Amino acid sequence: MSADQSPKIVIVDESPVRAAILEEGLREAGFTEVVHIREMQSLLARIYAVDPDIILIDLENPSRDVLEAMFQVSRAVKRPIAMFVDQSDSASIQASVEAGVSAYIVDGLKKERIKPILDLCVSRFNAFAKLQEELERTKSQLEDRKIIEKAKGILMKIKGLTEDEAYVLLRSTAMREKKKIGEIAQSIITASEMLK
Amino acid sequence: MTGPLRIGFIPLVDAAALIVAVDKGFAAAEGLEVELVREVSWSNVRDKLNIGLFDAAHLLAPVAIASSLGLGHVKVPIAAPFNLGINGNAITVSPALHAALMEEIDGDRFDPLATARALAKVVASRRKLGAEPLTFGMTFPFSTHNYQLRFWMAAAGVDPDEDVRLVVLPPPYMVDSLRSGHVDAFCVGAPWNSIAVDLGVGHILHFVSDILARAAEKVLAVRQVWADKNPDVVAALVRAAVRAAEFIESPENLSEAAQILAQPERLGVDAEVIQRSLTGRLKISPEGTVRESGRYLLVGREGAGRPDPVQAAWLYAQMVRWGQTALSTEALKTAMAVFRPDLYDAALGHSGEGQASAPVGAFAGPAFDPEDIAGYLTSFAVSRRAP
Repeated sequence: MSADQSPKIVIVDESPVRAAILEEGLREAGFTEVVHIREMQSLLARIYAVDPDIILIDLENPSRDVLEAMFQVSRAVKRPIAMFVDQSDSASIQASVEAGVSAYIVDGLKKERIKPILDLCVSRFNAFAKLQEELERTKSQLEDRKIIEKAKGILMKIKGLTEDEAYVLLRSTAMREKKKIGEIAQSIITASEMLK
Repeated sequence: MTGPLRIGFIPLVDAAALIVAVDKGFAAAEGLEVELVREVSWSNVRDKLNIGLFDAAHLLAPVAIASSLGLGHVKVPIAAPFNLGINGNAITVSPALHAALMEEIDGDRFDPLATARALAKVVASRRKLGAEPLTFGMTFPFSTHNYQLRFWMAAAGVDPDEDVRLVVLPPPYMVDSLRSGHVDAFCVGAPWNSIAVDLGVGHILHFVSDILARAAEKVLAVRQVWADKNPDVVAALVRAAVRAAEFIESPENLSEAAQILAQPERLGVDAEVIQRSLTGRLKISPEGTVRESGRYLLVGREGAGRPDPVQAAWLYAQMVRWGQTALSTEALKTAMAVFRPDLYDAALGHSGEGQASAPVGAFAGPAFDPEDIAGYLTSFAVSRRAP
């Protein structure tokens, strides 16, 4: 690889969405040679076939240990591959581990060339985590709403309340017991099922 | 200290003393608040321990040594004040390879030299037929599994780098890989061997205790600087682990211990399968043959919890034998210093005097002498030792 050529980057990630987010970011930053590997079977063979300069892998992936075997003496490896992070770079490793991504590079690639790639990785992984968090929150809000509806129905039937009265009762109980309204609603559902 | 201790582990039976220490309240009794964090790879455990995201970890003994020597990764000195397990691995082979080995075997099928010689014959005949070399799965380049497989096959002249393929596989993928034919055999800890047998896709060929009478497997690892700064926490952790190991090793507690480990957020597998590993009574063939060994996995008994620097030296010798590092007196000293019987003794208020090392007890080669690793290694014909 000559100095001005774009390094070949492999993304190993079983999450297609996260990989797409990362790949897009890399392409926008001018790294055009990006390959995404999703299939973990024969991972090393696939990596050798692509012959990348940099490998990015998410930390939820058990196959990370498979990559560690690349550093070992083996006839299968044409070029020695070394961990990106050297002794002096503990801030980078900290940031990447916390973001949930790890980078491996081919020995000899200049550090200045890798730093922006790793930074981009960290920010895209963090962005993805945030996205997922929001999704989870929305999901649980939706879930809560369903439970509250059901609990309201039960209260209306058993206590002869109107919908508004049932909701007020749920909310005031939640406030008094310092619990979420969803939790109170769930306990009503559980109790009514037990009493059936 | 602020907040609970964060301790990483991989869902394997040899994390038992750690998990039981926390879940049965032995850690709390020592005044420790612990959050156990389940991890998916040894690389993650190592890195999170190294950068301080974990205070302590269930770690492969060779990774603790490699980390202290800076092999394969960043150099971070590790201290191991407690040995979480002795032995506990097994070699499982596919039904096809098992049949081929039994066809060729001359002698006791539980004698590792006999099976290794049979393997040599199978390897030779496959080569004659132009078949692909056999593939063996193991868990990590710096792992007991890697060294145990190599030690075993090399005893009969099978070169682990030339005659077969050794590949790293995460433990949860082992069984599927054996089923799909991606590997022909693997060496891994419990419960994966039993799961392969139960699914009918594997035969347990050896307990590693057939190969080595006593092999340090996992350690409770902390950063050395952290241990220096928090001696009281280290001592409390050791005591909690010792109590937990005693609990697990009492036959009347076995089923409770297995239940604790079986929890979904811990190992997440059937308690009965876990109990087999703890008792050393394992189903070894899909047909239901049961084999029992008092040495299958030692969690605390026979002094298993006390780290033995001779074990560290043996593991270091394997790294040298297989070309992962060059032999040096300095590195040997560093490796041995990772295992800390002094911290163990201090925690329990023992003097440590009169504590002799139990021999490694390998089935091949001379008795291991940490004073003469060069001499020890010259006795092995198959070796990748750097010139």
